[in-house]
Amino acid sequence: MEKEKTLIGGEEMRTILERLTFQIIEKCPDPKNTCIVGIRRRGVFIAKRIEECLKKHNKREFETGTIDITLYRDDLSEISNMPEVHSSSIDFDVNGKTLILVDDVLFTGRTIRAALDALLDYGRPSKIMLAVMVDRGHRELPIHADFTGKYIPTSLEEVIHVKVREVDDTEDCVTISRRS
Amino acid sequence: MSYEHKDFISSKCLTREEIGYILDQAKAFREINRREIKKVPTLRGRTIVNLFYEASTRTRTSFEIAGKRLGADVINISASSSSAVKGETLMDTVKNIEAMAADVVVIRHNCSGAVKFIADNVKAGIVNAGDGLNEHPTQSMLDLLTIEMAKGSLEGLTVTIIGDIAHSRVARSDIWAMKTCGMRVKVFGPPTMIPVAVDAFGVEVCRNMEEAVSDADVIIMLRIQRERMSKLLIPSEREYSAVFGLTPAVMEKAANNPIVMHPGPINRGVELSSVVADSGDSRILDQVENGVAVRMAVLTFIAVAKN
Repeated sequence: MEKEKTLIGGEEMRTILERLTFQIIEKCPDPKNTCIVGIRRRGVFIAKRIEECLKKHNKREFETGTIDITLYRDDLSEISNMPEVHSSSIDFDVNGKTLILVDDVLFTGRTIRAALDALLDYGRPSKIMLAVMVDRGHRELPIHADFTGKYIPTSLEEVIHVKVREVDDTEDCVTISRRS
Repeated sequence: MSYEHKDFISSKCLTREEIGYILDQAKAFREINRREIKKVPTLRGRTIVNLFYEASTRTRTSFEIAGKRLGADVINISASSSSAVKGETLMDTVKNIEAMAADVVVIRHNCSGAVKFIADNVKAGIVNAGDGLNEHPTQSMLDLLTIEMAKGSLEGLTVTIIGDIAHSRVARSDIWAMKTCGMRVKVFGPPTMIPVAVDAFGVEVCRNMEEAVSDADVIIMLRIQRERMSKLLIPSEREYSAVFGLTPAVMEKAANNPIVMHPGPINRGVELSSVVADSGDSRILDQVENGVAVRMAVLTFIAVAKN
């Protein structure tokens, strides 16, 4: 595998997430009716950054939850081993709320499709919007993001990683490498 | 970590890593059972057949609910209403079910080893829901999950199993899994209900109730399995209850604040007094709740791993 190259460093990532946060505030001015849901695993940390940013600039808190999409994947019949399942934790009533779904990388759109199904099993939100750190193209489903941190055109051989300090043992960054 | 076998037959052959993985996954599945809409589409389009040759409410219902909450189609067959009464062999019955493209067959049979024999001879994934005196592995996993959630960890805990050890597949599955997890296991019961070669299990045999409960972190009570006894092994239920029953007075001798478990069905007033069964120490209904989560995890492994 070719060496990993950093595309976005920690400082730039902070700026991008700050801009994302302001866009969210602009579109969803009512925090009582807006909740943030991070998709496991790294979407949860991007959601956490957005939440921290909201707190810093607005002193208002959006309720947040996490969702695990393993049980909703559409490729379970094609793979040979069951991937690890984690718990979802959505402790608020989603009925009538605007949900901001957060993920790290938007690629084929299949994760988002699964997340939408998972969310709808909790009730009937009035609206679901999608915020992603990176959109790398190559959609296989008609899905698009409402809030995009950075659009990075890629080829299918390339791999985009959004790294977060909590799990990747590095500062927050976005890297690109080539599939061997 | 993963569970990479076609079938789920026995606690004895599980490694510590596999047990840890099953318990962790079961914890993730617990959340689904607390939702308003208790269903995920994971096993949509898969067929699970519950084939029960022995009476059961808890285990069969638990497997059925687990399968349905995963989105699978679940069919129940009991021996009394099947072609077994017309003389069909177990193997033929299972082969026929398999020919109808069942993905997983959950089997309970009164003959020890029957489930393993079937598993070795068919392609469908087989889950053991209890075979004779041998094993009841999903029960041991839900017992361990209940203990882990109550006590925080498993290693180093002392578990006492009281009652009819010789005729209990729950005791066997529990003992194998608990020894793998580094737990100390003590057993207590009438000498006629202690297995002959008890040393093979690596457990301590207690001589009286005080010795059995004094340092226990977990007390598991068992029912007298009258249906498995060829002859009468105890003089009377009343006498059994006086010596081997768990009562509030006995609980006072337990210094480690033990939790009380029972695989059910309970014979109230025989092995377990109602006061203890309904007390704050009792985790009996937690066991039932965890049973659904454990079976969801196991059915998912078996149904998905089949590909």
